[in-house]
Amino acid sequence: MSHPNDKSQHKWPEGVFHRVPYWAYTDEDLYRRELDRMFYSNHWCYVGLEAEIPEPGNFKRTNIGERSVIMVRDDSGDVNVVENVCAHRGVAFCRAQHGTAKDFVCPYHQWSYDLKGNLQGVPFLRGVKQDGKVNGGMPKDFKKDQHNLNRLKVAVRNGVVFASFDHDVEPFEDFLGPDVLAYFDRVFDGRKLTILGYSRQRIPGNWKLMQENIKDPYHPGLLHTWFITFGLWRADQRSQMVMDDHGRHACMISRRNDGGASDVTKGVSSFKENMTLNDPSFLDVKEEAWWNGPTAVMMTLFPSVIIQQQVNSLSTRHIQPVDRDNFDFVWTHFGFEDDDEAMTQRRLRQSNLFGPAGFVSADDGEVIEFSQQGFYQRPEHSTVVAMGGHDIANTDHMVTETLIRGMYRYWQKIMEDE
Amino acid sequence: MDFATYHELQRFYSAYAECVDHGDLDDWPEFFLDQCVYRVQARENFDRGFPLAVLSLESKGMLKDRVYGVKETLFHDPYYQRHIVSAPLVHGTSGDLIVSEANYVVVRTKPGKPSEVYNAGRYLDRIQQTPDGLRFAQRICVYDSELIPNSMVYPI
Ligand SMILES: [Fe+2]
Repeated sequence: MSHPNDKSQHKWPEGVFHRVPYWAYTDEDLYRRELDRMFYSNHWCYVGLEAEIPEPGNFKRTNIGERSVIMVRDDSGDVNVVENVCAHRGVAFCRAQHGTAKDFVCPYHQWSYDLKGNLQGVPFLRGVKQDGKVNGGMPKDFKKDQHNLNRLKVAVRNGVVFASFDHDVEPFEDFLGPDVLAYFDRVFDGRKLTILGYSRQRIPGNWKLMQENIKDPYHPGLLHTWFITFGLWRADQRSQMVMDDHGRHACMISRRNDGGASDVTKGVSSFKENMTLNDPSFLDVKEEAWWNGPTAVMMTLFPSVIIQQQVNSLSTRHIQPVDRDNFDFVWTHFGFEDDDEAMTQRRLRQSNLFGPAGFVSADDGEVIEFSQQGFYQRPEHSTVVAMGGHDIANTDHMVTETLIRGMYRYWQKIMEDE
Repeated sequence: MDFATYHELQRFYSAYAECVDHGDLDDWPEFFLDQCVYRVQARENFDRGFPLAVLSLESKGMLKDRVYGVKETLFHDPYYQRHIVSAPLVHGTSGDLIVSEANYVVVRTKPGKPSEVYNAGRYLDRIQQTPDGLRFAQRICVYDSELIPNSMVYPI
């Protein structure tokens, strides 16, 4: 297949996946190709949660890659995703972030669409009568059904909405693969969700760095001093790294241990023993039956979303590339409809650990920014992701960068495919 | 409200800004009662009734824990912040409690970089008059800024 964005001259070193060339993060042509081949075709991208649009007419505006789309529930209760571009003159007509609508009307010439995106009304379609004759109107060959909004293919699984511009994309379940799907269903098992709210940040780094951050179990016990100080993460806790067959999606699965000092924390310069919280409610963790063992499962669904379960805190983290050097990171925190008030408060308190100000998330955005700065300084250089060796396979420990290697093997295949 | 009380309130707002901009962060929790609410919340969550906030602290102890987290555990690019706070609008008083609000703009400056508008919003305050002076029972920072430029480390 030939693509418009094939100008980049860079070639990935054959069979080497423990080094990632810096140009993978800085080349404009490659970035455009990523959008075309990952966000706009062949993949399912995250759009939102059904709980955000519970009633007919409810809509939410969001982005897939750089493209503005609207997720809307129609009168029959179906969830539709349409591109926010009027078929007439290209106006991105929907300006509200969310709302309720009976139809979509473009303000420019009042072309209107139903909630499935079908063109309904065109003012002066048959012209305007004046002095016994009809002026204007659309020509006879104008067919309304050829001017609908761009409709995306939609997959709704247990309350989570994904969409694709590519109507030939494989079924969503096949896209995730059985192993990752099982962890997806662990969180989203059909229970009704409740929305706790949003956080939005713009991170000055290439979007892939966020996928890598959540495929990197090497860093949390080192960068996130808060985690180890208060016993939520340690390099020797029981864990598993699981990928789909392509190596594009992954789950970091772990069980926390009791914290405190050990041989592992001794080597970590920032670790401070015997720290206790003034107010223990940040760490008022209550085990939930559905966890079924793991206390934290971080899922990266390529390319567009991270699904977070860190003890009682749950969120989707939506990756929306802005350009090759920036992405917007939109967090939707949620709980379950059968949560009691105490559980809702617990989820909210633990949300202080995550998000743009979070004890163990603010620093992720910061280091991503610094990586992107470094990539421009030494364009001929490459990152090293050799922890745990060169191979790409699931592991039963976290001292590995295998998930990042897996992602780049997949990336290289998709990007260099003719 | 008499002028002396309003003047004290104005001084309190200014002292808070001075503390979070270039004072000792350890003094920040001392502006609050032991039982207090401090929140930094996106306007969309506030307006739509969603409880999530980027920071949501419910006691002076949690504020102290935040200070510890900022000073000892959070890795971040160094920056100055500068608060420009409007004169407070007093909505009313009941007993020793003052209900007031004020607009704010926070400018962020990183080493070697020009200053930038970082966060804009308003404070929704409930302030207790105590023998030791004024103290926040509640300070909710509701910010308009739709995106946080990467991260938020210091208190608003
Ligand atoms: Fe991290």
